[in-house]
Amino acid sequence: MIPLSWYLILAASIFCIGLYGVLARRNAIAILMGIELMLNAVNINLVAFWRYLTPSIINGQVFAIIVFAVAASEVAVGLALIISIYRRKTTVAVEEINLMKW
Amino acid sequence: MTVLQIIFLGISVIIVIGALMTVSSPNLVHAALWLILALAGVAAIFVLLEASFLAVVQVAVYIDAISILIVIAVMLTRRAMGETERQINRSWLLAAFAAFMVFSGILSLFSQVPQLANTPSDLVESSEFYIQELGKALVNVDQSIIPFEVASVLLLAAMIGAIFIARPPERAGGDS
Repeated sequence: MIPLSWYLILAASIFCIGLYGVLARRNAIAILMGIELMLNAVNINLVAFWRYLTPSIINGQVFAIIVFAVAASEVAVGLALIISIYRRKTTVAVEEINLMKW
Repeated sequence: MTVLQIIFLGISVIIVIGALMTVSSPNLVHAALWLILALAGVAAIFVLLEASFLAVVQVAVYIDAISILIVIAVMLTRRAMGETERQINRSWLLAAFAAFMVFSGILSLFSQVPQLANTPSDLVESSEFYIQELGKALVNVDQSIIPFEVASVLLLAAMIGAIFIARPPERAGGDS
């Protein structure tokens, strides 16, 4: 059988790849893709802990479903913001979006 | 090595390759397609973890809805950043270093988790039983109806907000 640590290492590597994408990409949509990868890593961890430690308590899956809802709303609002900024400034590069810079 | 372990390793390799190509591909449409591959791998991981309902939700929410949103947003904003333009910022080495440090930090934390070598006990009930339990838990007053309803309101608010934010600015004198 698969030990729990394999799932945790897989989730950690996806999380860190997503973190690199968030920190290094210039395109705002690519940054959102990195955030999606990070949220998926968190979900893998939640479900793996549910399956290995407390399979009789279903709340682990409920947590994962709420993370799904939060991810969906986050990506909808984020993409709406990006499209709105693109209409005003004709750019999606994050360092050129300085509307709120003091 | 059992068959399950080989399947897990294969899926992991697919996910990691998909994720790496997502953050490194200069063409954003290709990056979105690689992201879909990684998300499909995560759905397969959910199947391995015997969370069948979550695997279906992963396909329906991530692979359908979110990736279609991302692809459409990429197409709408394609003129802004061509493939020839630089896709990573100046401090990408620092970013890679930070990500690597976080990864090694998480790995070193694993020594403090006592259940790491656990192998799963067999599920006592059939998988249909767990889907029923999940559905009951979501609407049970004693369990998680409040987080469920709050998530619903959050989704509604996000939908209205997204429509409002992404609406084109009204032209002067126009009644669009």
